[in-house]
Amino acid sequence: MKHIKTLNTGTLKSSAVHGGCGECQTSCQSACKTSCTVGNQECEKK
Amino acid sequence: MIHKFKQGDMYFVLDVNSGAVHVIDEIVYDALEYYPQNNAISVIRQLKDKYPEQSVKETLEEIDYLIEQDMLYTDDTYVNSIEFQNRSPVIKALCLHVAHDCNIRCAYCFASQGDFKGDRSLMSFEVGKKALDLLVSHSGNRRNLEVDFFGGEPLMNFEVVKQLVSYGRSLEAAHNKNFRFTLTTNGVLLNDEIMDYVNTHMSNVVLSIDGRKEVNDKMRYTISGGGTYDIIVEKFKKLIEKRGNKSYYVRGTYTKNNLDFANDVLHMVDLGFTSTSVEPVVAKPTDSYAIGEEDLETLNAQYDQLADALIERHNTDKAFTFFHFALDLSQGPCVIKRLSGCGAGSEYLAVTPEGDIYPCHQFVGNDHFKMGNVLAGILDFGLTNEFKNAHVYNKEKCRACWAKFYCSGGCHANAHNFNNDIYIPYDIGCELEKKRIESSIYIYGKLNQNQEE
Repeated sequence: MKHIKTLNTGTLKSSAVHGGCGECQTSCQSACKTSCTVGNQECEKK
Repeated sequence: MIHKFKQGDMYFVLDVNSGAVHVIDEIVYDALEYYPQNNAISVIRQLKDKYPEQSVKETLEEIDYLIEQDMLYTDDTYVNSIEFQNRSPVIKALCLHVAHDCNIRCAYCFASQGDFKGDRSLMSFEVGKKALDLLVSHSGNRRNLEVDFFGGEPLMNFEVVKQLVSYGRSLEAAHNKNFRFTLTTNGVLLNDEIMDYVNTHMSNVVLSIDGRKEVNDKMRYTISGGGTYDIIVEKFKKLIEKRGNKSYYVRGTYTKNNLDFANDVLHMVDLGFTSTSVEPVVAKPTDSYAIGEEDLETLNAQYDQLADALIERHNTDKAFTFFHFALDLSQGPCVIKRLSGCGAGSEYLAVTPEGDIYPCHQFVGNDHFKMGNVLAGILDFGLTNEFKNAHVYNKEKCRACWAKFYCSGGCHANAHNFNNDIYIPYDIGCELEKKRIESSIYIYGKLNQNQEE
């Protein structure tokens, strides 16, 4: 494509089917403790 | 839903529901203002003074292609997904307040300078043991369990920390669990013995420092009023050097006193602390150091500056990471996790030295949120359900927000503190979070662009 470059195609839909195991880190435990950023947590199934 | 934005010299569009991210040119950016809600002829007419008709036509074809491929304007189907509806959170993480006492005084301390609005006290081994038992017994078939030793200052109760780590390890095999212990410390009591212990047994360590000496010492001082910077910096350097490749964060708070906080992050990086996390203070609007809406423009410019510095230093010996810019856009957590939020009150609990249970460390001392006590074995599952249901689809502001799959609805404690309702997010926190997400996407775009060149 000339005007658009896709950086990534998105995995949220497929993750809905395979996700939810709950083994990942609790977001507030890692480094924040006062705000909430969940999008930077790692998936344990990776 | 989409979100388009410009940062630096780049334009981006995020497809909110799929997570797809595209770098776009200015024509696409402008066309998305009108398309696909208006037809092609109308859009060509709208843009005729700025772009040739052929370019606009090409652009609209590319947009159509992405829509067909589920990479733009993807539907949100998650709220009705069986996986989301059937999720049954179990407790998998504890914040153990092993010391409601502190050896320094921080002006902004949400814990009332260490005592959490109660008497100064240390957790006994017996209470900590009961807390770990509760965690194991309420964790279902989750294998990975997290325990953060927190305070006050947890190193004021270091012997109990060691006893609890040993006790936790003794439970692992029989219950098929894997404990991940972490420690959050102001660093004052660190010595060689403690550093070696922490580096051996803690999977992550959070080291509190606010940045430049004058910034740190204005807010973080000893009981006699002296600054802490000179006490802790060399200790942090030594701990990190001894730690090798194991995870750590230097974690700071910025306030109205240092709205140029990017300089504090870079100062810490220059000290050799390359894994950083610095966050806005949580304060009452009447506090002199509280951040207000009038500061947002300045703070956003600081995130721009920090993002540019991170890109410039990438792959150099001055490279660093910043916690809130570390979005994994190619995968990251599943959407179920993103919808569920931080887990406070349902997956994550805080336990005081007396054994009282709260949804998280920020609620400790607020009787309304007391959920039980580990000694009595009580848990108020009414509150657990209230927190479990405080997800993005049940928050009006979040439903319509493009950032919902990255912040997952924000911090419940902030929402409660500012709006007296965990279902109404804290606006300034939302604006800063959105800027951090945009900056993360910008960094990802820049680094990938540079790799291709």
